[in-house]
Amino acid sequence: MSTIDRPPADLESRARTRLADRSFKWLVTGAGLTVLAILAFILISTTNQAFPALRHAGPIEFLFGSRWAPNEEIFGTLSMLYGTAVTSLIGMIFAVPVSIGLALFISEIAPRWAKRPIITVIDLLATIPSVVFGLVGVIVLAPHLASIYQWWSDLVSPIPILNTVFGDANSGRTYFTAGIVLAVMIIPIITSMSREVFDTVPDTDKQAAYALGATRWEMIKGAILPHSFGGLVGASMLGLGRAMGETIAVTLVVGGAFHISGNMFDSGNTMAAAIAQQFGESSGLHTDALIGIGVVLFALTVIVNLLARLVVRRAEAKFKGAS
Amino acid sequence: MSTIAPPPENPRRDLSTRSLGKIRNFKNRGATAAIAFCLVAAALPLIFVSWEVLSRGGSMLSLEFLTSDIPRNYRSVGGGMWPAIMGTLIITGMAALLALPIGIAGAVYLNEYGKNSATARFIRTMSDVMTGVPSIVMGLFIYVVWVLTIEERNGFGGALALACLMLPIVVRSAEEMLKLVPEEYRLASAALGTPKWKTIMTVVLPSASSGLTSGSLLAIARAAGETAPIIVTVGLTYSVNPDLFSGGNTTLAAQIYRNAAQPFDGAVDRAWAAALTLIAIVFVFTIIARVIAARFSIESKRG
Repeated sequence: MSTIDRPPADLESRARTRLADRSFKWLVTGAGLTVLAILAFILISTTNQAFPALRHAGPIEFLFGSRWAPNEEIFGTLSMLYGTAVTSLIGMIFAVPVSIGLALFISEIAPRWAKRPIITVIDLLATIPSVVFGLVGVIVLAPHLASIYQWWSDLVSPIPILNTVFGDANSGRTYFTAGIVLAVMIIPIITSMSREVFDTVPDTDKQAAYALGATRWEMIKGAILPHSFGGLVGASMLGLGRAMGETIAVTLVVGGAFHISGNMFDSGNTMAAAIAQQFGESSGLHTDALIGIGVVLFALTVIVNLLARLVVRRAEAKFKGAS
Repeated sequence: MSTIAPPPENPRRDLSTRSLGKIRNFKNRGATAAIAFCLVAAALPLIFVSWEVLSRGGSMLSLEFLTSDIPRNYRSVGGGMWPAIMGTLIITGMAALLALPIGIAGAVYLNEYGKNSATARFIRTMSDVMTGVPSIVMGLFIYVVWVLTIEERNGFGGALALACLMLPIVVRSAEEMLKLVPEEYRLASAALGTPKWKTIMTVVLPSASSGLTSGSLLAIARAAGETAPIIVTVGLTYSVNPDLFSGGNTTLAAQIYRNAAQPFDGAVDRAWAAALTLIAIVFVFTIIARVIAARFSIESKRG
């Protein structure tokens, strides 16, 4: 057989290759689009399922009604919104400074040999399942904390505003306990994001600060923190998003009371925890209302996450202009 | 007035911390101490949790615990978690089978085809957002589309929910790994006349394989510890149910949750031992992932 007869076969194989290439491209593009499809599908299907309950309660009443009484078909979720906000906030107050300090320690102070081990330890903290935090929280931490709360509450009882915020503690399952557990759980994510932010600070800025005779703290204050402020806000918001959606650990330690209390040592509830508690024994409109809470939670966390990414990205863009 | 600067009084000025002002020195030391304290503050909970789980779970852990069925009554003492261990492994395994191929294929799109296009950038942002979707919401989503459709809670629903949670993590970590594959490999392969799809399948993916494996194992480890989607979608069983498509199932995480808040000692003991077992499983996955990742980084240094 001479080579002159070959071209058709060659053309045929080229066409086959092109077909294979094209179908492969469509295949992986489809896989990439799955993410978008799932996100859209989550929103559509859960909203659709929750619709009867939302229509029954009315959207305003559902979001801002303070009474949650499923057996009377009254669905007001304000107490859970409030609980989610309060517990996340307490968690942030503890976690943000610690995480930023930890990230500074790793990037500026730790000797070279210690960096890896410290990062590994923080990553290990992230791998502990949330239900284990909840278990330790409810059995070991809460009983210990109850007495500490009571001591503190007695201590501040003569002071006007503080005695409201830190009132009597009837048990260890409170907003505050949930906040502490959340703080521990969001430290890893805020720390790793903050570390990335600190890595983008130009070395020349640090060296310049030292050259001007700054101490290490002055260097951090003058060169690192101003540079990283936007990124740190973004990192903290990512932690906030994680805290708002945390379910099981909070369910076990928050106490499960459907009321709004200014006392941080009172039991309460969060959106995610209420769903986890009641989903098993709910039916009909009650189930739909719980799914409705899920829709609100989904929307809130997506918004917080998007904002966080936006803040981080803007901060990065500013760096590119600076360095 | 002379323009020549006067010679410095002391050409060998003391630049050590001793010459600093007292206040500056104090501030610097105080800040350093505060920053170091943050390390302690973060490490303490880890030590505390590990100690509690080891000491309380260790006393209960036995061969009997690992191999017997779950008691139907919370009050009973003893019993085991074998069905939950099996449930954890098969549900998480099924979730991995669903999420890993799609996730890695999605990463191939982002790194080899989409690159910096608007679509690819949008998918990246949305993957990050999806990572932040609370696991309970993922559970509710699968409850609506799967459990309500087939009118039964079963293991596959749990696998679907875990797969949705794993997918964005896999996409992002796999893309990072594919980025590390040198461009020369792709060019060399193309120069030999290999079509693009074959280059990706036979050159790019194999050379990133250890990175992909370690990223996937970390995603699996995270999914294995999830509770919220499981209690919404999976139902319950007291003995091993290998069939994901019929009848309820259970996992270690769900069992810890069920037993944790019980007022009975037997149940609480089982919760602690289950916690130890779960952490051990998660830990094994994490360690293997780290070992593989460490070897991978050495290989890439060798070039």
